[in-house]
Amino acid sequence: MEITYVYTKKRSEFGSQCNFTDRPVELLVDILPDPTVAASFIQRDLCNMPVQCVQQMSEHEINTERLETETEGVNHVEGGWPKDVNPQEQEQTTRFRKKVEKEESYIASLTILGSLMEHCIKQNNAINIYEEYYEEEEEVQESTEEPPTAKTLHVLKDPNDIKRTATSLSWHPDGGRKLAVSYCCLEFQRASKDMSFHSYIWNLEKPNKPQMTLKPSSPIVCLDYNPKDFHVLAGGCYNGQVAYWDTRKGSQPVEMSIIEQSHRDPVYKVIWLQSKTGTDCFSASTDGQVLWWDIRKLSEPTERLILDISKKGTLDGAAGATSLEFETTMPTKFMVGTENGMVIACNRKGKTPAEKISSTFCGHHGPVYALRRNPFYPKNFLSVADWIARIWSEDTKESSIMWTRYHMARLSDGCWSPTRPSVFFTTKMDGTLDVWDLLLKQKEPTLSVKVCDEALYSLRVQDNGHILACGSQLGTATLLEISSGLCSLQRNEKALANEMFERESKREKILEARRRELRLKERGRSDQGKEEEPKEAEPQESTEDLVARAEKEFFQAIESERKKREQEQQKLQTPISTVKVEEAGKLVS
Amino acid sequence: MAEVEETLKRIQNQKGVQGIIIVNAEGIPIKTTLDNPTTVQYAGLIHQLVIKARSTVRDMDPQNDLTFLRIRSKKNEIMVAPDKEYFLIVIQNPTD
Repeated sequence: MEITYVYTKKRSEFGSQCNFTDRPVELLVDILPDPTVAASFIQRDLCNMPVQCVQQMSEHEINTERLETETEGVNHVEGGWPKDVNPQEQEQTTRFRKKVEKEESYIASLTILGSLMEHCIKQNNAINIYEEYYEEEEEVQESTEEPPTAKTLHVLKDPNDIKRTATSLSWHPDGGRKLAVSYCCLEFQRASKDMSFHSYIWNLEKPNKPQMTLKPSSPIVCLDYNPKDFHVLAGGCYNGQVAYWDTRKGSQPVEMSIIEQSHRDPVYKVIWLQSKTGTDCFSASTDGQVLWWDIRKLSEPTERLILDISKKGTLDGAAGATSLEFETTMPTKFMVGTENGMVIACNRKGKTPAEKISSTFCGHHGPVYALRRNPFYPKNFLSVADWIARIWSEDTKESSIMWTRYHMARLSDGCWSPTRPSVFFTTKMDGTLDVWDLLLKQKEPTLSVKVCDEALYSLRVQDNGHILACGSQLGTATLLEISSGLCSLQRNEKALANEMFERESKREKILEARRRELRLKERGRSDQGKEEEPKEAEPQESTEDLVARAEKEFFQAIESERKKREQEQQKLQTPISTVKVEEAGKLVS
Repeated sequence: MAEVEETLKRIQNQKGVQGIIIVNAEGIPIKTTLDNPTTVQYAGLIHQLVIKARSTVRDMDPQNDLTFLRIRSKKNEIMVAPDKEYFLIVIQNPTD
């Protein structure tokens, strides 16, 4: 219903000057007090009215312009020597010193100074004025009171003009002051000719320019620092080769694998293995192979595994791998996430490829982009794919034990916090970073930060759990610092997290058992009914039959619905008295 | 001369003392128990600091003067006793 008021004005009067006139006061409305209304009010005796006479102030945050800083050192050189003394010549300096020591004023002042100094030294030795009382109690975390926040520390921008996606990040294992970021355009055939292949290592103290460039012959898709030797990095390239760099030796890769022996598709993940020599790594790619390499001899892989569930061993039926997982505490097992949403748990010790693949976990609808084990409870692992993140337990193979709800944007990467067992992070294609704390809220993220407008592709947490880096589609790596409540271990957290995982796995096991029971019952029932309905034995129906059957079922369902609705309509239309009589009749009977 | 030696020896023997440097007004280290590069560094840096501290104190109140300067850091404590012409710098590790 529109309330309209129609004005009319002569056209000649448009734009004419407004002539205001005065007129006497007119009483429009007079509402007299109604004492009867007062009865519905109670008089309140004490009214607390806070009044504050203070300036109205508002708080704003802005970012200042980027300040270009450079760290430089200063060389100290001796100075202050009088003109006749050459500071380099030791004879002259010692002579000067001896001369000074003989002066009267020197002796006098030094005696005074000496006694003054002794007094202070003895004071220091007597009592430590900076003694920390109650040192243990400081560990009590009071910061759980404050809401979780994330603060952007630095934004590392890709210095090239043509922006590429920051596909993978790797923190320097020693202290995490350096970050290696690999850049590559992952969209099929979208890479232009001028796009540079370089990837960079950034030093966090100098975020304006990369510290070192890595120059491969093909853009790097994934990078990993060797946890044992901090100067060595392994990288997987877009053309399927695997290379390794030594930062002491320069920007060119020390060695690259031979193209014929490498992957046929971009290498999506490269991880270093735990070995005595510290030179083993393995790589996975969407061509369906997982290859093991020894970097001392990159001419051919030491081992090959084809991810074929049907165990035929050919590349045709293989599932392309998009992520790998390896945990140093479980060196014989590793997991691969595939393009079709399956997670394959494999055993390194298997002799034949069939033995290698130990179990599969299905449940995702799209390629699995990240697979990470919980650093505290390695039996549980997180998988990030399509629009959902799932947590699985190794024992429960049928379904995941916990999962987030389906999001609006696709998830691109995820990882656990290294310091808290119940916290994990996920990044989405709409540029948001979600922090999930499973002990606090399971339905939605504890903290959701919009990092940038473009999609986020990769995420890595530094080992101290405080700082995380996320890489975006336009090549910017943003460093975020999360509030201490989210990264410091709470009381009982380990026990609670463990309990939660156990409880969820138990629940899933029970559900699994029940499903199995139901399935057995179904099978039992269908076995009995086989003689009566031979149709059930037909496993294959032609597509037309299927379509016809589906149509018939559909129309049957509609008909039954319609009939039900008509019945309800009739019931409503009958006069109420008859219904009441019916009800009364029912009650009586 | 001997008194000076005695004083310095007494200071050196106190618990936790790591080093002693005597610097003159121009910043030249006269006597030191530490190695040369460290001495030069301490002399240069602390000299400037003492001058700044003294000028601060005198700025606030012209009648006032700096008598002692202590810099406590995580690893040790640097104590400076300034005089008109000389500074005595002692680096002590406060034992706790």
